[in-house]
Amino acid sequence: MGVWPYLAAGWILLVALYGMVTSRNLIHAIGCLAVAQSSTYVLLLAVGYRDHGTAPVFSDLEPGSRPLVDPIVQALVLTDIVVGATVTALLLALTIQLRKRHGTVDPQALTGLKG
Amino acid sequence: MSSRARLLMFAVAALAIGVFFAVACTELPRFGGSAHPYGYRVVAAALDHRTANVVSSVNFDVRAFDTLGEESILFTTVLGATLLLRLARDERQVAAASEDVLPTTRLFGAVLLPISLVVGVYIIAHGQLSPGGGFQGGVILATGLHLGYLAADYRVLQRVRPLAALDVADSLAAASFTAMGLAGLAAGGAFLRNVLPLGTFNTITSGGMVPLFNAAVGIEVASGVIVLLAHFLDQAVETTGPRE
Repeated sequence: MGVWPYLAAGWILLVALYGMVTSRNLIHAIGCLAVAQSSTYVLLLAVGYRDHGTAPVFSDLEPGSRPLVDPIVQALVLTDIVVGATVTALLLALTIQLRKRHGTVDPQALTGLKG
Repeated sequence: MSSRARLLMFAVAALAIGVFFAVACTELPRFGGSAHPYGYRVVAAALDHRTANVVSSVNFDVRAFDTLGEESILFTTVLGATLLLRLARDERQVAAASEDVLPTTRLFGAVLLPISLVVGVYIIAHGQLSPGGGFQGGVILATGLHLGYLAADYRVLQRVRPLAALDVADSLAAASFTAMGLAGLAAGGAFLRNVLPLGTFNTITSGGMVPLFNAAVGIEVASGVIVLLAHFLDQAVETTGPRE
């Protein structure tokens, strides 16, 4: 597949950034941020993939009998998912407060400061 | 800034990112290739420490310090959401109304609730042997409990989740990770170093500290996610502001 899996990750990132730039709703923007983050999953897993490799779990696999995909990037993706979920939760909580205080979730309508 | 100017700026930036990224991609190692120098070393380290699931070994043995940071992020998020979503001065708390659900939905919840709890505990306990571990099992435990909300109503969910106890469990689990790390230091080694016997390969007691770290993270994730969702559900079901 050559370089295409890496390029797909870049494409997902750009699509998500476009969504964030044109967003008229903060919930939508947070969704776009989640898509942007998923591009890093694609990139990491593409880096760790190995032809004819199997999962790095030895519960029913003889060590050394088959090639393995890279376990390091899998662990990094796990970290990525946890951090992504927590960031999304905090941003959603902030959006709830914004809606309460300013009555809008449109980022372009939020111009003035308000105590 | 007008939306047209914004879009133009984005187009320029996207073009720059796209070109540089595409050029950088051609320099990356070939997709699917066999050159994974760190992968080789970490597989050897996992087998050396008798941990069958190499991903668990990376998270709780080789990169345990990193996982401590990750676990702290989760803890502070729960703290932050609790602060952000507390009851404001001009808001009132109202009791949630009772809801009707289809009998089939109720049956589905009653059957799946115990199954999902057992699956969650299984995934945490076998984190060092099979794909899974504390983070994954914790999420299954937390979402399993919310079957009470789907299949019955909010008041049932409130009865099955002791929020005060879960808050304490969250903090204790987060603290126990650090405490277990200090055990390595006290034993004369290094922070987060394995101090337990490694056990027999591919049994539930293998991997030294890995099952303990898995359990701590599993408890923290499960209680953290339940508390987090509780605050969001409170906002939707129980809180009324001045505008409503």
